[in-house]
Amino acid sequence: MIASPLKMHFAEPLQLASGDVLSEYSLAFETYGTLNAHKTNAVLICHALNASHHVAGVYENQAKSEGWWDNMVGPGKPVDTDHLFVIGVNNLGSCFGSTGPLSTNPATGKPYGASFPMVTVEDWVDSHVRLLDQLGIRRLAAVMGGSLGGMQAMCMSYRYPDRVRHAIVIAAAPNLSAQNIAFNEVARQAIMTDPDFYGGNFEAKNTVPKNGLMVARMIGHITYISDDQMETKFGRGLSKSSKDSIVPPAESPANLKFSSEPEFQIESYLRYQGEKFSRYYDANTYLRVTKALDYFDPAAEHGGDLAKAFTPATAKFLVISFTTDWRFSPARSREIVKALLDDKKEVTYAEIDAPHGHDAFLLDNALYHRTVRAYFEHVVIGGEVNL
Amino acid sequence: MITRADFEAIATWIPAGSRVLDLGCGDGSLLAYLKATRNVEGYGIENDGASIVRCIQTGVNVIQMNIESGMKEIADQSFDIVILSQTLQAMKRTESVVADMLRVGREAIVTFPNFGYWRHRVQIALGGHMPVSNDLPYQWFDTPNVHLCTIADFEAFCRDRKYRLLGRMVFNHEREQTVLPNLLGTLALYRLTRDRVA
Repeated sequence: MIASPLKMHFAEPLQLASGDVLSEYSLAFETYGTLNAHKTNAVLICHALNASHHVAGVYENQAKSEGWWDNMVGPGKPVDTDHLFVIGVNNLGSCFGSTGPLSTNPATGKPYGASFPMVTVEDWVDSHVRLLDQLGIRRLAAVMGGSLGGMQAMCMSYRYPDRVRHAIVIAAAPNLSAQNIAFNEVARQAIMTDPDFYGGNFEAKNTVPKNGLMVARMIGHITYISDDQMETKFGRGLSKSSKDSIVPPAESPANLKFSSEPEFQIESYLRYQGEKFSRYYDANTYLRVTKALDYFDPAAEHGGDLAKAFTPATAKFLVISFTTDWRFSPARSREIVKALLDDKKEVTYAEIDAPHGHDAFLLDNALYHRTVRAYFEHVVIGGEVNL
Repeated sequence: MITRADFEAIATWIPAGSRVLDLGCGDGSLLAYLKATRNVEGYGIENDGASIVRCIQTGVNVIQMNIESGMKEIADQSFDIVILSQTLQAMKRTESVVADMLRVGREAIVTFPNFGYWRHRVQIALGGHMPVSNDLPYQWFDTPNVHLCTIADFEAFCRDRKYRLLGRMVFNHEREQTVLPNLLGTLALYRLTRDRVA
């Protein structure tokens, strides 16, 4: 499946939750499959922290350019584009095509950089709905997302009840725990204390806080994988380059010496991932997206009662968690399920036994994919006569 | 083995439009039957992933949960009827499961294979072996049934806990058994509630 990125410009200002106004903006998006005559088969995919509108397929003449959820979305896949019209949209404030800190501020003619306003999950959902308006889609067959994307799916279900028939919320949480916020804060500090950060105006200095971004990504990455998975994949294995240079101390204490080079495989892996990330991700975007995660708390304005936040929703829900996910654990998904049960909403909940931790939502897992496939085939598509 | 006759018997105790929770709902066929015949709304509770996929295919809302975990996600008295169909005997924490059923529901329907059935008694008394039959097809060493009971046992259990029996049906295979139920019945169905403490 060949994907082609599209862009929609919005001249009408967007009022943000912070009180700021984005006078004009663009959204980058992609679509897969065909919108039916009644426009009832549209599925919106919301992305998590570092993904984009490139959900599925590959770009023309670019091998290995598969979208981030290509195992889930496509012809014959669990979210089957032979029947569904799937939309991937890039969140505002991102660095992959939608208006964000790297874009030019029309008021100054210079990049927004550090002056880009704070955008929240609610702001994203508002902007996604405007995109649906432009595409002529009155009501989505489903809104779907994992992690931060799951939060957007939830948010759309109660913020725009008449726009959503099904909400599929995967590996998400009703808000961030203190531990989640703590990890985000360490990542932000890594970026903000990088000498190349310059208060967010690094662009003017022709540099990027590369080391800060790298450390931020390394910390994030640790939280995406389970302890067991890390042990299985890396254990105490040594990286290739260090195998010659160091001998495990137990075997030869005389060879023990301090080294700043990566010695264990997990060190090389994290450095590699961090380095790669620092080359394509924008620091100001990272700071804002992690803050958007921290701020998301739909129960807060209802005295902590999540069920009250969900009260307006009319969608049917599919909630999925993964047993070894310790970032957004099954217990957090069960809070969502409890709220929906308290509200007497239609909900199905599956807790998938997977070893991979939070990352499991992006990976191939037969039961996980069978669950999503069954839901689309029998509930989303099967449940609507004229779909 | 759950049969169509069991579904029909259970359905006679379900008022139209009830809010129903089916514990250990398997593929969701009982709930699908009750939706079709009694217009109930509700959820199945199941802890097996493949069964959850089957429920989704059947069009039944299902929540993955261990029914022996205390079912904390389900609010007190939030269902009209909670069903435990031929699963009681496989529970480790039988007492708390029945207590939880009456916590989350106004009424409970419990069905189980009657261990007091005469063939079972004969196999132990004369054969000297643990019973194996169509209703209890497992050998003692690989059975999921850890808490088998007789009709007399279950009624004593309810009496001791002041659960009020609202109805009882006993079947010998597909036929209702009214004479000597504990001796001649293979399957028992109970409808119970908890007397409100004044």
